[in-house]
Amino acid sequence: MNQHRIDLMLCGGTGCHASGAGEFKEALGAELERQNLDREIRVIETGCNGFCAVGPVMLVQPEGIFYQKLTSGDVEELVEEHFLKGRPVQRLLYKEPASKETIPIMSDIPFFANQMFRAMRNKGQIDPESIDEYIARDGYFGMARAVNELTPEEIIEEVKTSGLRGRGGAGFPAGVKWGFAAKAQGDIKYVLCNADEGDPGAFMDRSILEADPHAVLEGMIIAARAIGASKGYIYCRTEYPLAVERLSLAIENARNYGLLGEDILGSGFDFDIDIYQGAGAFVCGEETALMRSIEGKRGMPRPRPPFPANKGLWDRPTVLNNVETLANVGQIILNGGQWYASVGTESSKGTKVFAMSGDVNNIGLVEVPMGITLRKMIFEIGGGIPKKRKFKAVQLGGPSGGCVPEKYLDTPVDYEEIAKVGAIMGSGGVIVMDEKTCMVDMARFFMDFIQDESCGKCTPCREGTRRILEILDKIAAGHGTPGDIEILEDLCDVIKTSSLCGLGQTAPNPVLSTLRYFREEYDAHVYEKRCPAKRCAALLKFTVDTDKCKKCGMCYKVCPSGAITWQKKEVAAIDREKCVQCLACYDACRFDAIE
Amino acid sequence: MLSHPDITPEMHQRIDEIIASHKDTPGAVIPVLRMCQDAVGYLPVELIDYISRGLNLPRSDVYGVATFYSLFSLTPRGRHTVRVCLGTACYVKGVKEAMDRIGRTYGIGSGETTDDRRFSLEAVRCLGACGLAPVMMVDQNTYGGIKPDQALEILEKYE
Repeated sequence: MNQHRIDLMLCGGTGCHASGAGEFKEALGAELERQNLDREIRVIETGCNGFCAVGPVMLVQPEGIFYQKLTSGDVEELVEEHFLKGRPVQRLLYKEPASKETIPIMSDIPFFANQMFRAMRNKGQIDPESIDEYIARDGYFGMARAVNELTPEEIIEEVKTSGLRGRGGAGFPAGVKWGFAAKAQGDIKYVLCNADEGDPGAFMDRSILEADPHAVLEGMIIAARAIGASKGYIYCRTEYPLAVERLSLAIENARNYGLLGEDILGSGFDFDIDIYQGAGAFVCGEETALMRSIEGKRGMPRPRPPFPANKGLWDRPTVLNNVETLANVGQIILNGGQWYASVGTESSKGTKVFAMSGDVNNIGLVEVPMGITLRKMIFEIGGGIPKKRKFKAVQLGGPSGGCVPEKYLDTPVDYEEIAKVGAIMGSGGVIVMDEKTCMVDMARFFMDFIQDESCGKCTPCREGTRRILEILDKIAAGHGTPGDIEILEDLCDVIKTSSLCGLGQTAPNPVLSTLRYFREEYDAHVYEKRCPAKRCAALLKFTVDTDKCKKCGMCYKVCPSGAITWQKKEVAAIDREKCVQCLACYDACRFDAIE
Repeated sequence: MLSHPDITPEMHQRIDEIIASHKDTPGAVIPVLRMCQDAVGYLPVELIDYISRGLNLPRSDVYGVATFYSLFSLTPRGRHTVRVCLGTACYVKGVKEAMDRIGRTYGIGSGETTDDRRFSLEAVRCLGACGLAPVMMVDQNTYGGIKPDQALEILEKYE
């Protein structure tokens, strides 16, 4: 193999692609060739780095220097200064927003320094399309141990020892689930990977599939060995074309290497994997619905029991694990369950990947040890709230989850502790919200999502979520009447206790948790016809408070419809005729002067 | 035989190939619908009937699947599909304004197609690019950090 002086790990994740990584790569390649450096310097397109907010990003190895916000215009300077003369280009390095300090080395940047990489250990470190690079990082070693050295019982015992719990949301112990399926009678068994990541605001599975597809395959092969399955499917969202492409390639390469297919590594064990693309239905993330979908039916859940471990896909014993869960398995078998369980809390072991987004400085993917507090995650790794605004709440667990207010920010990341404050760990979506977020609007957003995605099979979920949405719409429109909030609570209770599947049972959570912590906002909407966060357009006056206005003209600049008149040193005014109620001026005003 | 103004002989041949190669695979209806939609652009009801005969499945089953999943469209689609992400992160970052402007400018709502079949507008759930919120996708290209004006500028590039 050709030895290279420098490896340039350019992020090829979806985020960086959209920010122009493709053009940058082309320009970089051309310049390296022009300077005759292409034999010394190699450009590797990696999976998602995680720090999407500052993309396109590139890591220079072996120095570990991290470049951000790259454009094709930077190429010449970068090659000339850094790669020829050895002087990193200062203006393209990361700067800490608070201290303005420049931090050249990736592992020193607070965003990365406080993380612990296990499920994402290969992200940005290897070429996801190269099986050799995966193997060079101890890939498939755990699988080799599982098929050649361990009995199925020993594999299951090791996973139980690790304390690994389902990362898709419910948190069921993976080893226990495998144990059930291993005991189930049946000549044909299946291992499924749930890659139907649907929670809005969660993209860790996408990142793992794009950055390290072999880790998922390895986890599936080990699971198959443990339960005695011969066939596996990866159910992947249709919205993730790059993930599907990389998985297909990974499967092909693994087959060619004898790591997948018949007689794996000469052990006599057969197992093969196919990809099944979803067709856009959120409910298919629910395990029984997902199996119906693979069978070619409408993706509707069915009551349990019987559990899939006994009667799953085509009524055969089936194990279904989430992408992140499976990505941990290879390392657990290689390093032992004790190793994995060495970090975490009493009931939640190892690490968890979170997708942090919303009103936070460092948007991106973070992997943290269980037990870290939400405060540390949002304010140290996440870098706090932008625009000098105040933190209001953090929404955990997507549409099935809840929001956590300031006073519970010291809650540790732990399945049980998070549940106690009214949210769920869920798949790991973390949406940070600042003071300008209206909680009624937020609840309405999630209810709109849920009632749209409800499959329609059971009445409480189908009808109940729609009634909740109607009431929330009414409240947000300023037509709330006394008693509405009580009806909401009643409806939530019924839906929660009587729905068929997890989607319905957790559907009221966003409403319940906002009611629990921000009831006064609901009251303000209903009784005072006022939206304290100024997000519900029907309750706003669209006038400028002449006392508060600092005459800066920011509102004038952002108004898309020319409805605002303003001149230097004069108070702005809004023409209600022209105003389209887009709220851009509310967002731009730093003095809270628009009523 | 299947006769429909939007299905050319080449498309017809492709449809027959798809059906023939999946006829004996259990659970193949979703992949078959996907591939047929890729070939034709959408799924006319006549095509759904044709597929159900080809796969030897009740029409109601195939129709049920085609209408259950949001990927499938039973009405003609625009040349370009504009997917505006209404996921949580994009919502918090104000994607609604961009969505409203696009809708007003081209006179279409979510799920609709312009009369000249230039654009189909779709409100979608989380595209998984929350780091770039608000996000929209035009065909296979993802655009991040879109403000209403920029969104319109980007769309003008697609004919």
